[in-house]
Amino acid sequence: MTAIAILGGHLMDPSAGVDAKKDLLLKDGRVAEIAGPGKLKGAAGAEKLDASGLIVAPGLIDMHVHLREPGQEYKETIATGTAAAAAGGFTAVAAMPNTTPVNDSPELTRWMQAPERGAAVRVFPIAAATRGSKGEAINDYAALRAAGAVAVSDDGHPILKDNVMREALTAAARGGLCVIQHAEDTRLSQGASMNLGAVSFKLGLRGMPSEAESSIVERDIRLVAELRDLHPHLHVAHLSTAAALTAVRQARRNGLRVTCEVAPHHFLMTDEHVGLYDTHARMNPPLRATADREAVIEGILDGVVDAIATDHAPHAMHEKEVEFEYAPNGIIGLETALGLSMRWLHGEWKMPLGRVLSLLSAQPAALLGLKGRGTLAAGSFADVVVFDPRAEWVYRAMEGKSKAKNTPFEGWTMQGRVRWTICEGRIAYAAAM
Amino acid sequence: MNPAQSTARRKPATPPPPVSVFPFNSGSLLSVSDLTLEGVGRVLTRATELEQMSPLRRGSILAKRRLALLFYESSTRTRTSFELAAKALGADTTLVSSLSSSIEKGESLKDTGLTLRALGAEGIILRHPSSGAAWLLEASTRLPVINAGDGMHEHPTQALLDLRTLVMHLRPGLREVNDQTLAGVTVSIVGDVLHSRVARSNMLLLPRLGARVLLCGPKELLPDMATSSGPGIEIERDFETALRASTAVMMLRIQAERLAGLKLDLNDYKGKYQLTGQLLATHAPKALVLHPGPIIRGMEITAGVADGPQSMILEQVMHGVAIRMAVVERALTSAGRPAAQEPKKGDLA
Repeated sequence: MTAIAILGGHLMDPSAGVDAKKDLLLKDGRVAEIAGPGKLKGAAGAEKLDASGLIVAPGLIDMHVHLREPGQEYKETIATGTAAAAAGGFTAVAAMPNTTPVNDSPELTRWMQAPERGAAVRVFPIAAATRGSKGEAINDYAALRAAGAVAVSDDGHPILKDNVMREALTAAARGGLCVIQHAEDTRLSQGASMNLGAVSFKLGLRGMPSEAESSIVERDIRLVAELRDLHPHLHVAHLSTAAALTAVRQARRNGLRVTCEVAPHHFLMTDEHVGLYDTHARMNPPLRATADREAVIEGILDGVVDAIATDHAPHAMHEKEVEFEYAPNGIIGLETALGLSMRWLHGEWKMPLGRVLSLLSAQPAALLGLKGRGTLAAGSFADVVVFDPRAEWVYRAMEGKSKAKNTPFEGWTMQGRVRWTICEGRIAYAAAM
Repeated sequence: MNPAQSTARRKPATPPPPVSVFPFNSGSLLSVSDLTLEGVGRVLTRATELEQMSPLRRGSILAKRRLALLFYESSTRTRTSFELAAKALGADTTLVSSLSSSIEKGESLKDTGLTLRALGAEGIILRHPSSGAAWLLEASTRLPVINAGDGMHEHPTQALLDLRTLVMHLRPGLREVNDQTLAGVTVSIVGDVLHSRVARSNMLLLPRLGARVLLCGPKELLPDMATSSGPGIEIERDFETALRASTAVMMLRIQAERLAGLKLDLNDYKGKYQLTGQLLATHAPKALVLHPGPIIRGMEITAGVADGPQSMILEQVMHGVAIRMAVVERALTSAGRPAAQEPKKGDLA
C-alpha cells in the first residue's frame, strides 16, 4: 500500500485538540506522522494530496445504517451502501441487524465483514439483541462481540418486555457492549404512519404519539438505574421527541450511562414536511412537531445528544411510489449528513466546526468503543475525510452512490463538499474534479 | 450548557416548509381547498345550470369523452351519482373496482392509473381507502383526478353537495357566494369525526363561506386537535348544547371498518349522541338534518328523524348528481375554471 501525504490542509481533530494547519502522512493503514506545513519527514515517495483550503478531519462514523445485505440486495448492498458512505465522508458505518435473515449469529456477523462483500469503508455489525429480533430470547453477546459486533439492537423492533430488556442490559454490560434501543411502544403506534398531531388529523392519517417513544426511553432508564452496579450502557437510537430528550438529560444528571443519537431529518424537518403525502417524509420515528424539533436542536447544541446518525434506510423506487400508509419507513442519509450538518448546525446555528465533526466521528467512535478511530492522533487508523468546508452544492439523489434514491432532501443546498475519503490508508472516494 | 447563552441565541433559521406542487392538472379536484371561493361559486352555479338544461343539450357537453371510475371501496351514492352525472353529460364511463380487476392480483395504484390512461381515460374518479391516494394517482398520471373519497381524509364533492343543500334552504335564490354567504349559520358535525372524510372536507369548506362549524363527539372519535385544521372550527362535546346552537346538524356514521382496535361502548354512544325526534324537537326544531349516508338507522339517527320533515338526507343525494355534473364538466373542459388559466373558451356558450 502506498503511503499518502495530505499536504497544506487544516487539520481538525477535536478529540486530540488539534485545530491548525498540518500535513499528515498515512502509512500502512495508520497515521504515521503529523507535522507543520512542509515539515513531514517521511513523505518521500508518498502519493501527495493537495489539501490547501480544505479541512482534514477524522473519517466520519455513522453508527446507524441499514445496508440491506443479506436478503434485500435490490434496495442496497454492502458494496453500494459503503460506496455512498465513502462519498459522504464516512470511513466506518455500524450496520443494523434487520437483514434477511436477521443478523443474530456470529457467522452472519463475520460474513458481513468479509472482504468478498466489497465494502468501500469499514462495516461494524450491530447484532440483534434477541433471537430473530423477536424480543424474547437473548443472544450470546460474548460470541457476537468476538465475531466483531460493536453493539446489540433489535432496531426496527423495540424490546418491549421489561424482563427481556433487563436481561439484555445485564448481558450487554457483562459483555462490554451497549444496547441500542429503537424506542417505540408499538401498542401505542398501531397503524400509525406519521407523527400524531394536528397534521396527522388534517391528513386523515393515523398518528404515532410522542409518548410511544418517551415511555420506552423512560422505562429503559428505570432499568438502567436498577442495574446501576453493572454500569450498563443504554443508547437511544434516532431520538426524536422533547420528552425522550428530557428523560435522557435527567438520566445523565443522575450519572447513568445513557446516550442518544439524532438523525439530520429530525433536527431539520417537522411533520409539516409530509406535505401532501410525500412518502420520502415517511420514516420511523416519524418527523415530529415543531416543539420536538426545537428540543432536539437544543439537545445537540447543549451536548446532551452524543451523535449524529443517519438511519440510512434505502428502499427501491417502486416501494415508495405507493399510498402513504402502505409505504415503507425510512430515507437514505449517508450522502447528505455532512452537508446538512455543516449547513445548518455549523452555518446557521453557529455550532463550532470541531463539535459538529465530533458528533459525526469521535463521539460515535467512543460510544461503540472503536479504538483508534474518530481521531487522527499518530498511530490511529488512517481514516480521514478531506473536505471543502465552504463549498455549497445542491444535492441530487440521482448523482449519488447509494442504490436507493429515497430522500426528502432532493434539491437542498448543502455546505461542505467531500474531496477525499480515506479508509485505513486507502482512498475510498475521490471527488470527480 | 449555559442557559443564559442558549436564551440569548437567536431563534434559529430553519429550512423552508414544502411547497405544494398539487394539483398538477387544473381539472383535478383533490381537496375542497383546491377551489377558490370563486371556484366554489362557479361549481354551484354550473350545477344549477346543468340541472336545468335540456337533457339533449347537456348530453352533448362531454359526448364520447372517456371517464374512468376507479373504486377501491364499496359505494352506492357516490359511485352511482358520478356515473349518472358523467352519463348525463354524454361521457362514456367505465367502472374499475378493486374486486374485479388486476388490483386483486397486486397491481399498484400507479400502474392501474397509467393503464387507464393508456386505455384512453381522460379523467379518473377515485374512491380509495387510503388517505392521500388521489394525490398519488394525480402525480402518477397527471390526468384530471376527482377525489371521490380518500381514506379518512377528504370527500370534496360531498362537501360541495352539502353546501348546495344548505344554500338552497338557508339562502334561496342566491346567485353568488362569498365569505359572508353563511354568516350566522352554525353547522354541527356530530359523531365519528376522526374517521370521517366528509367531516374534514366540510370543516375546511363551510367556514370559508362564513359558517361556524361545531364539532361534537366523544374524545375517542373527536380529538381536540381537530380544531387546528382551519379557522372557524370549534368543539362542543355536549350534544344538546351543540343542537341548540345549530342551524344545521350533520350526523355521521360510526365507521366500524376504520376503528382499528378502538373499543367503543355503542350503547353509551347512542345515549349521548344519537339524534332522536325528541332531542330534535326540544333543542333544534328548525335545524336542517344532514347525513352523508349510509345511515345506520337506530344508531346515530332514529328512523323517525331520518324520515322526518327536517331530514335533508335524500335531497343531499339529489344534489350530489348536480354537483358532480359540474365537477365532471370542470375536469374535462375549461368550464368552471378561472378564465385566465384556460385560454380556449366558448365551447359552452
